[in-house]
Amino acid sequence: MKSNVARFWREIPQRYNLMGNKCGSCERVFFPPREACPYCRRKSIGKMKDFKLNGKGIIVTYSIIHAGPEDFEEQIPYTIAIIKLDEGPQLTAQIVDCDINDVKIGMKVESTFRRIQEDGYIGAIYYGYKFKPVR
Amino acid sequence: MREVAVIGCGMTKFGELWALSIRDIFVEAALKAVDDAKVDHIDSMYVGSMTPGLFVGQEHIGALMADYLGTSPIPAVRVESACCSGGMAFRLGFFEIASGHSDIVLAGGVEKMTDGADVTYALAAAADQEYEVYNGITFPGLYAMIAMKHMHDYGTTKEQLAQVAVKNHANGTLNPYAQYQREITLEQAVNAAPVAYPLGLLDCSPVTDGAASIVLCAADKAKKYTDKPVKIIGSGQASDTLALHARRDICTLDSTVYAAKMAYKQANITPTDVDFAEVHDCFTIAEICAIEDLGFVKKGEGGSAVENKITTLDGSLPVNTSGGLKSKGHPVGATGVAQMVEITQQLRGEAGKRQVKNANIGLAHNVGGSGATCVVHILEAD
Repeated sequence: MKSNVARFWREIPQRYNLMGNKCGSCERVFFPPREACPYCRRKSIGKMKDFKLNGKGIIVTYSIIHAGPEDFEEQIPYTIAIIKLDEGPQLTAQIVDCDINDVKIGMKVESTFRRIQEDGYIGAIYYGYKFKPVR
Repeated sequence: MREVAVIGCGMTKFGELWALSIRDIFVEAALKAVDDAKVDHIDSMYVGSMTPGLFVGQEHIGALMADYLGTSPIPAVRVESACCSGGMAFRLGFFEIASGHSDIVLAGGVEKMTDGADVTYALAAAADQEYEVYNGITFPGLYAMIAMKHMHDYGTTKEQLAQVAVKNHANGTLNPYAQYQREITLEQAVNAAPVAYPLGLLDCSPVTDGAASIVLCAADKAKKYTDKPVKIIGSGQASDTLALHARRDICTLDSTVYAAKMAYKQANITPTDVDFAEVHDCFTIAEICAIEDLGFVKKGEGGSAVENKITTLDGSLPVNTSGGLKSKGHPVGATGVAQMVEITQQLRGEAGKRQVKNANIGLAHNVGGSGATCVVHILEAD
């Protein structure tokens, strides 16, 4: 990710606290937050309210990455999944604290705060959400 | 709108073209197309290219290619929509002539992927950088998640995925421009090294250098240049969420469904009228989803359609007769235009050993990213 750190910290509310938002017109929840609801469009202007997600959901689909990008090479092989959160939104995240062979579609998972990648030895360390099985 | 026809086509060999630069290959393909069309001028040009900035550090390639093709000062612009940049360049050229603004337009596509850039990083730029790539996803990983869900929901098997690769490699042996002109076995495909489970190396299209070019002309003037103009009878385009996770259904590329619907409506045909198709098989699962989403088979039946050999060269609906992205190669920005080269050659009856019998209507399907953009074209022999 070799970028100015501002690019990272401006996303901190979403990455650290799963902050999404909710349309005041149709009550749909979005993650990451959107300026306008794609369903209500102009009716949603000024009605999008911050909404913190509870971090619980199920695995919709997943893959085990064996050839990763440079920043993730040390973590190979790792599991990545699309997770449907209880409040509706779906997101992409790694599945951890679980043998890669035990991951299943439909498995209940919850978010956990983890290190995602780092910018070499002296650069910034980037944090965010990963998900682990609910035990 | 005026009717528009393809009057010339050309492409470079696809592969690792160490001796040639991005401008060399673009110009080679463009000159072949211009020579084939026998035109003495073009009115403007569109250059499809996904990310020459990341691959070779060169932007502003619309003007660069006009410069080296020797066509300055005609208008020239680069068109970008990830892996369907080429199909989009074609669509914009089509519109420019249909609108009456120009009579002859060159639509080309090019990508130079082997000059040392981090290809995984460059291609991942077509996904959601902050919410997919940040968390460790790769392009094979995105399509692997589609494959996993397809296998879970519809019982599609790894063998059925592999059969797409086996078929496309068989077709590629008949295409002298293909990167890989050799067959592979089902066993090799199933047992290839894992890239992103359930996808292995032979489920993935390769890293490729290449360029392709088409000359478009107002249909009422096309006969001046060729006896075999190929008419564009339908053009469709649609968008979807950039992130795969935000889609209505992980296994359906809604952008394909909408773009196809638009193109079928304009052409006034149904999927059963299509004689053959070039579809975007960047990964084997993508071809299975494509034949479903284009309406050739029902959702969930793509895997068994491949297994039952419906899509082979002598099947009822030949798909990717060129070898597809899998075997012909996938220089991302050139791919959509190279599909048009194959469709044109088939409709003219000039596809040699891979000629489809009674080819009258051909469809091209070009996808950007994991499905955030799709462009579909339908062409008919005159």
